[in-house]
Amino acid sequence: MNEHAPALVVMLPIIGAVLIMLIRHNNLNWSIALLSGISTIYYSIILYLNARSLGTISYAMGGWEPPVGIEYRIDEFNSLLIALIAIVSFLILIYAKSSLNIELKKNKISTFYSMYLLCLGGLIGILSTGDAFNAFVFLEISSLATYVIISMGNDRRGLLAAYQYLIIGTIGATLYVIGVGLIFIITGSLNLYDISIKLGDIELYRPLLASLAFITVGIALKIALFPLHAWLPNAYAFAPSVGTAFLASTATKVAIYLLIKYLYLVYGFDLVYSNQIFIFVILSLSIIAMFGASMIAIFQSNLKKLFAYSSVAQIGYITLGIGIANYNGLIGSTVHIINHSIIKAAIFLAIGCLVFSSKIVNIDQLAGLGKRMPMVALCITVSSLSLIGVPGTVGFISKWYLVLGSLEQGWWVVVFALAVSSILALIYVGRIIELIWFHAPVVGMDSENKIPFEMLAVTVLMTIATIYFGIDTRLTGDLAKIAVENVLLGEQL
Amino acid sequence: MSQQIIYLLPVLIPIFLSILIKITWEIQQLRYPILLSGPILALWSVYKLQQNSDFMSSSIDIFDIFTNIGISLGLEPISFVFITMVNSLWLVATLYSYGYMRTNNEKRLGNFFSFFAIAIGCANGAALSSNLLTLFIFYELLTVSTYPLVTHKGDEQSKQSGRKYLLILLGTSLCFFLPAMGYVYYLSGNLDFVSGGLLTTTLSGMEVNNVAISILLVLFIFGISKAAVMPFHSWLPAAMVAPTPVSALLHAVAVVKVGVFSIIKVLVYIFGLDILLGLFSVDLMIYICGFTIITTSVIALKQDNLKKLLAYSTISQLSYVVIAILILTPSAIIAASMHLVAHAISKITLFFAAGAIYSSTGYTKISEMDGIGKNLRVVSIAFTLGAMSLVGIPLLVGFTSKWYIVQSSVDVGQWFILLIITISTLLNIGYFSPIIYKFFFKNELKEVSFKTLPKDITLSIVICCVLMVILFLQPNLVMEVISNVK
Amino acid sequence: MSSAIYNFISSYNYYIIIFLMVSGLFIVVSRGNMVKKLVGLALFQTSVYILYISPGKILNGTAPILDDGYSVYSSPFPHVLILTAIVVGIATLALGLSLVIRVNEEFGTIEEDELFDNELNNE
Repeated sequence: MNEHAPALVVMLPIIGAVLIMLIRHNNLNWSIALLSGISTIYYSIILYLNARSLGTISYAMGGWEPPVGIEYRIDEFNSLLIALIAIVSFLILIYAKSSLNIELKKNKISTFYSMYLLCLGGLIGILSTGDAFNAFVFLEISSLATYVIISMGNDRRGLLAAYQYLIIGTIGATLYVIGVGLIFIITGSLNLYDISIKLGDIELYRPLLASLAFITVGIALKIALFPLHAWLPNAYAFAPSVGTAFLASTATKVAIYLLIKYLYLVYGFDLVYSNQIFIFVILSLSIIAMFGASMIAIFQSNLKKLFAYSSVAQIGYITLGIGIANYNGLIGSTVHIINHSIIKAAIFLAIGCLVFSSKIVNIDQLAGLGKRMPMVALCITVSSLSLIGVPGTVGFISKWYLVLGSLEQGWWVVVFALAVSSILALIYVGRIIELIWFHAPVVGMDSENKIPFEMLAVTVLMTIATIYFGIDTRLTGDLAKIAVENVLLGEQL
Repeated sequence: MSQQIIYLLPVLIPIFLSILIKITWEIQQLRYPILLSGPILALWSVYKLQQNSDFMSSSIDIFDIFTNIGISLGLEPISFVFITMVNSLWLVATLYSYGYMRTNNEKRLGNFFSFFAIAIGCANGAALSSNLLTLFIFYELLTVSTYPLVTHKGDEQSKQSGRKYLLILLGTSLCFFLPAMGYVYYLSGNLDFVSGGLLTTTLSGMEVNNVAISILLVLFIFGISKAAVMPFHSWLPAAMVAPTPVSALLHAVAVVKVGVFSIIKVLVYIFGLDILLGLFSVDLMIYICGFTIITTSVIALKQDNLKKLLAYSTISQLSYVVIAILILTPSAIIAASMHLVAHAISKITLFFAAGAIYSSTGYTKISEMDGIGKNLRVVSIAFTLGAMSLVGIPLLVGFTSKWYIVQSSVDVGQWFILLIITISTLLNIGYFSPIIYKFFFKNELKEVSFKTLPKDITLSIVICCVLMVILFLQPNLVMEVISNVK
Repeated sequence: MSSAIYNFISSYNYYIIIFLMVSGLFIVVSRGNMVKKLVGLALFQTSVYILYISPGKILNGTAPILDDGYSVYSSPFPHVLILTAIVVGIATLALGLSLVIRVNEEFGTIEEDELFDNELNNE
């Protein structure tokens, strides 16, 4: 079976999704979801180990040889990300059962699990496929599942958020596919590896530039890069908490991976970065994201929306590293993909606990949380601190590499922007911390449900991870280094 | 492995202690023994550490965070002096705070003492750090862990101060300290504290960009805003809303001292004195520090709140240390470290006295304090001694350190520094003497009932006074250690 | 002059694609009715289908069926892709329409102006 692992990591969640939809049994659905989650983790780890020991794995889907058939290419970078999102989404699944019972109507729960797994399968598909059009299909699979997830919550505004995302997301995917079409017309191939060879010595003439623009903008819509982020806050705010945690920690990250893959592996470093305007646009949008979104976050009153805007700002950090485009900058980016995924999972899971126990939606309701639910309050505090980049947390690691990267380029403005945006983060995080620990509890809060053990355990585990990976970076930092050295900048170094 | 433990003990003991305090707080009989055992154990661990290592040659990597850089601890002369000071004062402060918090019925004592211990742990970590990254990490953790102490009262005013505290300290360190550290790494590929200075050794023989080094110096001094050089000083007076033992901790033991200590470490072991000679930003910073000294002393003149006055006095004294180290001679390092210790002891005495007055009478304003010397004799005398020490009157440690600063500035012909010190000494006399006059020679404004002070408060104040005299008589206790700095 | 006309005619498919693409996007942006927006979206996607299919056509080429009499075939590859894309498009449209139905049930209107002003932006 192991040689089919590249296909299995994608197929297992999708099979699980179909099974759940067919069986629709309220007690079985969670077990099936967990089962397919754990088997996905198993194969993703096998994949990662194989990619480490054997180098890049090429898997011909259905036995059709590339470049005509669909090829799955697993290298050290994407197998790492596959393992990451498999593990994170499995942990969120453990957490999901109790949370969903409160937040969804009984008859919707099976559908939710099904969509969750479908989305997971789609995301892993995007990561592993080596085919441009196949990536589009997976992008749409995961997106369609996402729209459903967002629309399922008890808040009816979720429907509007889902619709809004559907329109923007479809435009994004279509722009992407236009870009792919242009490349297809130029090279006659859809296999990313094949394309990168065929584009080898070409200069960046106009149709190629157009395809680059279409693909970048299309993916940027999915990433929620700053001016294209409008869908994200509403989507995160009104989705069920489990859905928010899942989307925030996986979906945008996968889209970022796709962008990195195009820029560095398909078009190639030289081709992309010979274009000064491109660098300028990426950098300035990232910096505007870091500032603008943090500014907006300061004035939010809805808790999930606040952290949603903070996500937009943090995505700015990741794309900043892509724009810096040297060794350290890229490590900063890749590390932050992992780190931010952990941080946001921890935060949104903690918020899920709050929604579970006392239906907290607004920031004001956090007052005195430190007394009422010290564990959850501690989790929110610690993971918010790592958003600022306090040393000893994961946020610091990413920031350090980004600072180093921009110093190497001699871009003091960027260094300064990084620093000032941390201060903006400090302001919105400080507000929350103050409310949690130093305000008297609001009287007359809703009666509290006791938070089940597994929800608390997963939240705490994620929070510990934000500290652990901030201290011991062997897993995250070194793997990011390997990814950057072997995969992205292989030829540059 | 056992080596690592020995280096980690001074950091771990306070942290374990804080957990222990949290757990056993309900058991009344155990409180005092547990609280006191912390500083004593920590001092013991420092002693073991000193036995175990010869200065500077030994530092030990605990684990790596980035390639080749991580948490690494070591003991060198300045850190030995600093860590000994911190833990001895912790002992005294524990005695005092327990009495104080009990007398004034402060709430959430358990929380208070456990965060206090964590703050000390971070200060110890900063003291032992043997590379810049470790220093930075403990520096930031110290900010975060003292934030609950500053906002301990929980009212609106202390929340506001807490905001300011966090914003300025974290903000400047992320804005200036972190990029500066990144730039050092970029220049030298390393962050270790090296005797003779990391930048001096790695850049020797290379073309040195003076402008870059100048900017780096400014970034470091402003980035380490715990040293409260203007314009990033305003967190310190704001933090005065906290209970007095916290102020004592902030001013004398941990926070500001970690600030100036970090500046000394950075200048001595990262820059190295040679590379800085003749840079224009050194002069610039001397002027800014001089400005800070004079301005804050003038502001202190018109303060009526005793703790605020002490806070402004602290800001000016901290700039003394920074200005002293900027003289950039080996004797200046000694002078700066000496002043760091001298100010710590003198200021903690003053704060203890201010807190004792408050505990006994409820007074916070100087204008109310007429004639209290008659009833609170020990406290008033201690306050007087502390003030005299800061002014620089012989027989007290403050004189020694000021003398060395003056001497080193005259050695290199820094007449500006001499001028600043003279003016500020006059200003010191200007703001301290009316208070002392009021204590002893004025009649009480109104009848108040003086609460008798607990023995532990009196004891701790007396210990501090004795320390001030001892260090005057035996300055070599500090200076011989520091003179090992190469 | 004649070469300009030749250029235009030889790439007229692209002009059609661009026209469809832009008009689809314009409808999405300018209409407030949620169903009309979806129609625009469908139009936008359709333009992509043509973008893929039209370059696959080779002059004088036949349908890609192996036969001794013919040696020039149109490329079958885009057709395969676009079949998939059409399926994706249908799925999106179906989901979008069902969302609109749900929105209508919950809010009683499908005009975005009313919905978004009242619901999403006023906290």
